[in-house]
Amino acid sequence: MKQSVTVVQDEKGNFGTMVKDFVIKLIPAMPKWNGKTLVRKVLIPLASIILFVGLWHVGAKALYNIEADYKIQKALTDQGQEAADQMAACIASGDVSCQPNTLPSPAQVWTSFNTLIADHKAISADKAEFKAKTAALNAKREAEGKAPIVYTGRPSFVDQIFTSLKTVFAGFLLALIIAVPVGVIIGLSTTLRNSFNWLIQIFKPVSPVVWLLLVFMIVKTMTKDSESDSAFIISFISVGLCAMWATLVNTAMGVATVDKDYINVAKVLKLGPIQKVFKVILPSSLPLIFTGLRITLSVAWMVLIAIELLAQSPGLGSFVWEEFQNGANDSNSKIIVAMFVIGIIGFLLDRIMLTVQNMVSFNKNATA
Amino acid sequence: MEMVVEVSKQAQGHENGVVYPSDNIMLDLHDLKKVYPTPKGDYVVLEHLNLQILKEEFVTIIGHSGCGKTTMLSMIAGLNPISDGRISVLGNPIKGPGPDRGVIFQAPSLMPWMTALQNVKLGVNQVFPHASKSQRKDIAMYYLDKVGLEGAFHKKANELSQGMQQRVGIARAFAIKPKVLLLDEPFGMLDSLTRGELQDILIEIWNKEKITAVMITHDVDEAIFLADRVVMMTSGPRAKIGDVLSIDFERPRTRKSVLEHDDYYKYRKHLIDFLEH
Repeated sequence: MKQSVTVVQDEKGNFGTMVKDFVIKLIPAMPKWNGKTLVRKVLIPLASIILFVGLWHVGAKALYNIEADYKIQKALTDQGQEAADQMAACIASGDVSCQPNTLPSPAQVWTSFNTLIADHKAISADKAEFKAKTAALNAKREAEGKAPIVYTGRPSFVDQIFTSLKTVFAGFLLALIIAVPVGVIIGLSTTLRNSFNWLIQIFKPVSPVVWLLLVFMIVKTMTKDSESDSAFIISFISVGLCAMWATLVNTAMGVATVDKDYINVAKVLKLGPIQKVFKVILPSSLPLIFTGLRITLSVAWMVLIAIELLAQSPGLGSFVWEEFQNGANDSNSKIIVAMFVIGIIGFLLDRIMLTVQNMVSFNKNATA
Repeated sequence: MEMVVEVSKQAQGHENGVVYPSDNIMLDLHDLKKVYPTPKGDYVVLEHLNLQILKEEFVTIIGHSGCGKTTMLSMIAGLNPISDGRISVLGNPIKGPGPDRGVIFQAPSLMPWMTALQNVKLGVNQVFPHASKSQRKDIAMYYLDKVGLEGAFHKKANELSQGMQQRVGIARAFAIKPKVLLLDEPFGMLDSLTRGELQDILIEIWNKEKITAVMITHDVDEAIFLADRVVMMTSGPRAKIGDVLSIDFERPRTRKSVLEHDDYYKYRKHLIDFLEH
């Protein structure tokens, strides 16, 4: 009558293999190759990208022509035929001074992307050179107890990306540290949940801009005498406060809706309150908590740009805003580059969170 | 070997005047009542329910769906408050749930994020806090072994089939050495083959441990095969004990010997007559 049971021992791999496993999980499983999957997984997505770029190109071209015609027309009515001819020639020649300012074409964006990378390489080289130059001096200054001389040049685009990532992670961590414990406590008690509900419902829809102003009011006063980087503090706290609500609500819901069977088991076994929380309630609400954290991270990344832009803290947001105000010939295409970078990073962050979520959830049915 | 078979309608505890010696009674339900308040007034699920269950006795409870069997069992477990009357274990009135009354739920109710071993150890750690770590592990492994899961200690509960999960549920319940074992239709969700296997496993462990057991079932054959007494409940509302049937087959029983016994169909007919009445 005994059923045969296969022996599967959990092998505890070392950290290296764990990381490898994680990276493998990030990449969607390779389908079996045949004609159908080739069409579905490669050709159709490729076609959609080509279609997108093509439409973009055509649209940009049309907008360019409208803008150019308008410029020539304006020269004609203001200054006569000669000025109009000059303007037409100038636009045709590709001279920077008279180019129509409109939606950049895909080619322009690609050029700007390369420019930004080249710029980053130049700045990095510059930085390395500066570091090498000041190394001896800084060692001496350190020995004397003075602050070292730091590079104060313009940050490159890639530097801005990393600054933004740093801010978003600081904000995300803040959201996690506040929302998960508070969510658990609120979730455990119906009374607390009812009494805090109004607060959550009121603050959840508040715009990032307003949070920023609120944080600004408080942090400005609190960091008056200190040397700390208040722009960074303001932006990461605002990001955290904007983004934490999803985690808070999901955690509270997860804790409040633990399967009654598990609670009954805990009751029959007379588990103490701490054991009940850590052995039963938290593990069973982990999937919902991680759903919340995933939303929190994507909200954090989304509001970050707006907040950086307003708080004048360095990062992609201020990059976009500076380029917009700069109005140089390639500013528009740099903004589009930033848009793609923001989108792709947002997508990658979401993928990472989804993978983590799938690893911790026991029902294995979280989906993209 | 002669067996005295007696279909008893009298053995209904004090309600019908039969009084067991009190030091032989494990579980005593006295004048139990359960009322659910509804907007239309109180709904009385159970009323005047009297039942005494002896030490080392296996009692199955059978009755129509919704008659209040599960309500009664969860009241014994302490998971559902008593409206009136008294439930006592060895003469002491129960106060809420506790590990002296182990429960095997209808759904296996294992923590899906834990392994089979961790699930059993969750209870063992709680009940034997003074035992050493390895002793507690040994206890958990012993019972998992008994239910035929010697190869699946480290499997996550959600990777096990329903039947295997319920085996872990059985191991978990026995491993905490309860005074009373409460089984709420534990095999109701299983296919009949698996159900048979699990009945055999259950009765095999039970023969060794002789823990007083109260089991709810819908299955007449299961009720007869496992029980010393089958308790029949009347349909609700105001359900109470309708009839009690002693099953006087010798233990240990095998399915074959039970099925081939002359009295089997007599018992079966008795139960079905009651249920169809």
